[in-house]
Amino acid sequence: MRFSIYRYNPDVDAKPRMQDYDIPLEPTDRMLLDALVRIKEHDDTFSFRRSCREGVCGSDAMNVNGKNRLACITKITEIKEPIVIRPLPGLPIIRDLIVDMSQFFKQYHSIEPYVKNETPPPERERLQSPEDRDELNGLYECILCACCSTACPSFWWNPDKFVGPAGLLWAYRFIADTRDLATNDRLDNLEDPYRLFRCHSIMNCADVCPKGLNPTAAINKIRDLMVKRAL
Amino acid sequence: MVGREVIGAHYGWRGWLMQRVTAVVMLVYTLLLLATILKLPALDYEHWKALWERPLMRYATVLFVLSLLLHAWVGVRNIFMDYIQSTGLRLVLYVLVILALVAYGVWAVQILWGA
Repeated sequence: MRFSIYRYNPDVDAKPRMQDYDIPLEPTDRMLLDALVRIKEHDDTFSFRRSCREGVCGSDAMNVNGKNRLACITKITEIKEPIVIRPLPGLPIIRDLIVDMSQFFKQYHSIEPYVKNETPPPERERLQSPEDRDELNGLYECILCACCSTACPSFWWNPDKFVGPAGLLWAYRFIADTRDLATNDRLDNLEDPYRLFRCHSIMNCADVCPKGLNPTAAINKIRDLMVKRAL
Repeated sequence: MVGREVIGAHYGWRGWLMQRVTAVVMLVYTLLLLATILKLPALDYEHWKALWERPLMRYATVLFVLSLLLHAWVGVRNIFMDYIQSTGLRLVLYVLVILALVAYGVWAVQILWGA
C-alpha cells in the first residue's frame, strides 16, 4: 500500500518533507493505525502518537487525504491511495505527526471544564432527572482529539484568542448540566468578539468530528442563551 | 505596558444579532423593490422618476441603506479581526471603514432627495 507521509525532525531537518512508503500490509491490518504501526516496523525514525487504538483517547488525530480524522477508527479500505498523511493543521510541529497541543488545551482550560456548584453536596451524589441527563448527549462524548479545532480557519488565525469548537462544545456541556450553577459566569466568560464570536458557522468542525458531534450546534445554543439573557 | 495577553471585551452578541436582523431587512426590501419595478407600467425615465419621488420609497430605501451600512460594518470588522493581527493597524482600518460607510450613507440620502 502506498503512503506519502509528512516527515520533520527539527533537530536534523532544515525543513519538512513528504516521504513515500510502499509497504505490504498483513491481512490483520484493518485500520489506518495498523498500517502506521507497520510502517514504523520498516522505518523506526517515523513518529506519531497513539494509545488506546479504539477511538477513545484521541491521541492519533491526523490529517488523512486532506481531512482530519483518528487513524485508529479509519478503515484502510475507506481511503484512496496514495494515502497522504500530514499532522493536524495549524499547530506547531514537535516531530513528524506529533504536534504541540498546548494552545488547544489552554483554550480548553479557559472555559473551566468542571461542574461548579457551591451548595453543600448531598450525602451520596447530585442527581439529575433522565431528561436533564439527556441534555448532555452529544456533548460529553468529546475526547479532545483536536480534529475540529485544527480544521477551523478561525482557530488557525486566532488560536490565542478564539476558544475553538472543542472548547466551546465543552463550555456548553457545562452550561447544559443542571448540576452546574455557574451559567451566568460562563456566559460572561465567553461574551467576547474573539472568544466566541470568531465562529462564523462554516461547520468544518461538525464535518470532521470522528465522534459525530456537532460543535456548531453547541455554539449556536451558547449564542442563543447570550441573546436571550440580554434581550 | 506589559506584554500581557488580554481578552474578554464583554460584547459581541449585538453585532451578531444585528447582522441577522439587517440581513432580513435587506432581503425584504430587495423583494419588494423587485416586485415594485416589475409592476411598473413601463420602465422609462418618467415612471422611474415618479417611483423615486414617492416618500415611502425614499424612506424604505434609507432604511435599506442603513441596514446595509450596519451589516457591512459588522462583516468588515469580522474580516479585520480574523486576518489583521496588529491592533494599531486594525484601529486605523476600523476608522477608515467607519468614515467611508458614513460618507456612503450621506451620499445615498443626497441622491434620494437630490433629484
